Amino acid sequence: MTMITTGRRTDVGQWRSVVADALADGARLAGLYATQASPGPDVVAILVGPDSAETIGCRSEIGADGAAHVPSLVPVAPAAFWYERAVHDLSGVVADGHPRLDPLLLPLPAGAPRPLPGGEQASTGWEHPEPAGPVDVTGQVFSLSWGPVRSGVSESIEFLLETPGEDIPHLNIRPHFKHRGIAKQFEGRDVADGVLVAERVEGIATVAHALAYSHAIELLGGVEVPQGARLLRVVHAELERIANHLDVTMKLADAAGLSVATARFGAHKEAVLRRVSRRTGSRFARGLVLPGGVRPGPELPDHTMLAALDRLHASIRSDIAGLESSPSFLDRLRTTGVLSAGRAARFAALGPIGRASGVDDDARRARPTDGYADLPPVEPPHFDAGDALARARVRWHEIDTSVGLIREAVAQLAGASGPWAVRVPQTHGTGIGWAEGPHGEVLYVVHAKANRIRRCFARSPALHNLVLLHDVIRTDIFTDLPFIEASFGLSYAGVAM
Amino acid sequence: MPLPWALRGLRDGVVTTDWPRRDDAYQAEFPAVVQVDHSAGTRPQRVRLLETGLDHLCPSGALLATDDDIRLDRGRCIGCGRCVDAAPDVFSWAHSASTAELTRGRLVVPRLVEDEETLARIRAQLAARVGRLGRSVHIRHVDAGSDGSEEWEVQALLNPVYDVHRLGIFFTASPKHADILLVTGVGTPGMSAPLLRTREAMPEPVVVIAAGTDAISGGLFASGYSTRDGVGSFLEIDVWVPGSPPSPFSLLHGILLALGRIPAQTKGRR
Repeated sequence: MTMITTGRRTDVGQWRSVVADALADGARLAGLYATQASPGPDVVAILVGPDSAETIGCRSEIGADGAAHVPSLVPVAPAAFWYERAVHDLSGVVADGHPRLDPLLLPLPAGAPRPLPGGEQASTGWEHPEPAGPVDVTGQVFSLSWGPVRSGVSESIEFLLETPGEDIPHLNIRPHFKHRGIAKQFEGRDVADGVLVAERVEGIATVAHALAYSHAIELLGGVEVPQGARLLRVVHAELERIANHLDVTMKLADAAGLSVATARFGAHKEAVLRRVSRRTGSRFARGLVLPGGVRPGPELPDHTMLAALDRLHASIRSDIAGLESSPSFLDRLRTTGVLSAGRAARFAALGPIGRASGVDDDARRARPTDGYADLPPVEPPHFDAGDALARARVRWHEIDTSVGLIREAVAQLAGASGPWAVRVPQTHGTGIGWAEGPHGEVLYVVHAKANRIRRCFARSPALHNLVLLHDVIRTDIFTDLPFIEASFGLSYAGVAM
Repeated sequence: MPLPWALRGLRDGVVTTDWPRRDDAYQAEFPAVVQVDHSAGTRPQRVRLLETGLDHLCPSGALLATDDDIRLDRGRCIGCGRCVDAAPDVFSWAHSASTAELTRGRLVVPRLVEDEETLARIRAQLAARVGRLGRSVHIRHVDAGSDGSEEWEVQALLNPVYDVHRLGIFFTASPKHADILLVTGVGTPGMSAPLLRTREAMPEPVVVIAAGTDAISGGLFASGYSTRDGVGSFLEIDVWVPGSPPSPFSLLHGILLALGRIPAQTKGRR
């Protein structure tokens, strides 16, 4: 299948209607970023359709207040809500008509210098201004700050819960604590080194990010990745998916207090990570994917690996059957954290979260890259209740389809001897790349000039999806939160960037 | 009717490692860090590399040209293996997950001055402090800007394969109950205040472990506008665990090193 990837520019006055037309034609808003230009930054929307991916950009205009302005896309695409806040934090662009342009990634006071991704200037430091205290009582509702340091071993994020005691009528998500300035970390690096940054945007989806980044570079360089490398990429992308889905299952079992199930799924996940490390030297397959191919590592997957994987898969399936017949587990997930099909569709929810609410745009099937084009298409899941249980069942279904894909890919790999990578010629211009990661579509837009990264927008599925936590929490109570959070299964490193 | 959970728990027998009481193949063979061959035989190659420059060999600035020779800072190495690919006669993977150190300087290999006296003094001071912790310790983990993989590896310590409860090691939610502060991530400005508050809430004695290359130096992200070159720039560190991310065995090695509980010799495999 040939994919169409294009870049369009419009006048700032027409921008919103051009984007709205693309949305009406069946595309979805998949991301929004700004890159430094003069007089104001360029703001670029990424529209992904069933078989196309395009950018629609405009130059922001400087308002009377001296700030750069663009019209807000929220009225035509609700998913723009967080992106426009992020763009305001990083580039200082004001989205006119945005319902609440609060800080998201970087809590800077008005008028403070911004990092300005895509700009030449050296980035400035920032000090955390320590926002207001945790407990705030107004009428019958008090707000409770949960985080950024929370119980257990978890990534830092703060949830501000507004609650009369048990229900949670409103939740505020504040991911900025672990903002690492990823956008600026890409800039100025050689395109070959950019993949190392991509691997660390969301460490638990190393392969997916490395693939999406590399696809963008390979598109720019016009290179075809060798067949063996295409298949090896599939094997490790699917192993990564299995590890992530086992992690989510382990956390759900832990939330339900099923200690044996928690231990079993923890051990299964460990077995997958060890399988990856034996073959790549890294438990997260770091260093495997590079623009132009792969570095195959010490051992290729073969029939002994498949035999071990089949044994592991049988064991996983048996334990999932155990969960499916544990009422104490199912009762906590069923009807918990429901994301309605309508909201998921309007928001173009990604990955297992979208699929569990009937929105299934799996890049492996719709816009296949690497070996996916040569392998049997991924069978879609058929759970769309939108609750935490549906999200878990979608993941369990994906474990099965991933094992099937690995089996096929390894069979085709037998006897492959390379070459494992081709040289990418000098890159220049703007490339789009994507990969279906364990949490959903990972999307990269890379601007390169003479082999150097000028700007790289890494769109993790977590940044797109996490805002939906607002929507699903409303009908639930405080003790449901661990289940809902685990069922989202997102990495906060990919949100805070 | 599927098997009840209680019986499922017995299905695979004991999967728990015996390390550090006995050797563990995975821990012994894990390619955790890179080593530099300083033997006379590789001197010509090293001179050639020094002449052509080390920057293209290392994207994170872990290779240093000091005293007319090549040294590698494991506290900055992200383990990408580029140097091993480019000059396999000089650089190679060191196969062992026992990689934690008690001083930042000892992460630079080959070690500049093997100051055994200083190390012995640091070890004795730490031992005097941790002696009061006894055989059961509680860990408070704080993410100060990780990429997320570090949390997976810390959490893995609780799975039945590592099962740190067998060693009297527990994780706790309250810093007031914690003896060890285990920090991951680059040390973002946003996390520095919450991290310091956690540290202050902990009763003395406290052991602080910088877990991972990001926490040690910022790794690939050192010197950004939102990174602080590691958590050591605003927090006193006792144990340094390299790795991007450090494997569960390396983390366990760091915890046991802090407690003075690394046996001089482990027994053979069972």
